[in-house]
Amino acid sequence: MSAFTAILTRDMRLSVRVGGGALMGALFFLIVVVMMPFAIGPDLNLLARIGPAVLWLGALLASLLALDRLFAVDHEDGSLDLLMMGSMPLELAILAKAIAHWLTTALPLVIIAPVLGLMLNVDLNAMGVVALTLLAGTPALTFIGLIGAALSVALRRGGLLLAVLVLPLTIPVLIFGVAAANAAIVGPAPFGPPFTILCALSLGSLVLGPIAAAAALRHGLE
Amino acid sequence: MALIDLANPTRFLTLVNRLLPWLAAATAILFAVGLYRALGAPDDYQQGATVKIMFLHVPAAWLGMMGWGLMSVAALGTLVWRHPLADVAGKAAAPIGAAFTFICLVTGSLWGRPTWGTYWVWDARLTSMLVLLLLYLGVLALYWTAEDPGRGARAAAILSLVGAVNLPIIKFSVDWWNTLHQPASIVRMSGATIDPSILVPLLIMAAAFTLLFFTLHLAAMRNEILRRRVRTMQLMQAQKFAEAGA
Repeated sequence: MSAFTAILTRDMRLSVRVGGGALMGALFFLIVVVMMPFAIGPDLNLLARIGPAVLWLGALLASLLALDRLFAVDHEDGSLDLLMMGSMPLELAILAKAIAHWLTTALPLVIIAPVLGLMLNVDLNAMGVVALTLLAGTPALTFIGLIGAALSVALRRGGLLLAVLVLPLTIPVLIFGVAAANAAIVGPAPFGPPFTILCALSLGSLVLGPIAAAAALRHGLE
Repeated sequence: MALIDLANPTRFLTLVNRLLPWLAAATAILFAVGLYRALGAPDDYQQGATVKIMFLHVPAAWLGMMGWGLMSVAALGTLVWRHPLADVAGKAAAPIGAAFTFICLVTGSLWGRPTWGTYWVWDARLTSMLVLLLLYLGVLALYWTAEDPGRGARAAAILSLVGAVNLPIIKFSVDWWNTLHQPASIVRMSGATIDPSILVPLLIMAAAFTLLFFTLHLAAMRNEILRRRVRTMQLMQAQKFAEAGA
């Protein structure tokens, strides 16, 4: 088994077994989405119009909360130092951790998004599209969030600082994700351009995120 | 004198102490000339006298972006070339750039009320400048929460480089998207479209504000160096007491 796969399976096992597992993020997503109609009011037409945006915001906040654990736990027990000193490139190790994080935290969000769309009166045909945009966009959220997690790993109040650092960088992902979802539901704007830009953001951050996070870890912890 | 000669903080401080009064005087003179020309500039045929907010709004926008550019170059100096004063330069530039971005947003909002009918609109230019302000606040938060100045500076350097991707987005946002904010009229391939009677005062004010930025920046760098010296002396004294007591 290669080192990459070993780190990937280790992180997946830890995420699933510790701290409520994968369902904790999904549970937070559920709670956030349930809170929205209490605040906005039960008007079903209004909820249908803003449904995709509410789902995207909930997914963003849920993945943001889980990012805190990505490096902090390993930093506390010393395994992050081992990863940094190992022969495997740090960027690849971080990529393995990020993929494990996405599979265990963000993928459950994508799976339950259609169910939550029912509560927001999202059009049945649209639920698949919203889930598709979430599937394409949550990798970008994870890989951009990596940078903030690496920057705040050794600092106090890391959780709040992480949100402050990551949210401005994820604004384009949010804009294009909701634009793609709305384009497919309401039209007449085409679905293609925002969706392909969303995929481009995910692919770009897949490369740049681990590089920036590795640099942040090396310089921040030396 | 190469840039590396300025790496010695003491030599840098002597240079700043000699240079700063001249810079401040030049800033004051340029402001005097610029304000005189700006107040004497003609009113816009459509906007009337409110066009004069531009003499504050546009230089503030330019300097907000230049501040982040300066932080990115300082970040390269910190991470790549390991220049000893690069992180001081970056840390000093952050609050000044944030202040100019804030001024840009507020003056733009006040200008938008009479001309557009609204204080705020979520178009590409305004949104990307707001994102720039949020990135500035993030960098400042990094500096505030780091206990060790060096470590906080390195983390902030990485964030400066990551956030530099926002600068071309701000510049080209009015070309790429259909925005309420007016399109580029000064830095364009086919030359400026503003009449010289307004363009010249604008450029003089921009130069004045730029000199103000660098005056404040050098003074802030001096303060940061002195602050770090005070911190080191406090640590040394605390260690002396600890050893004496032990």
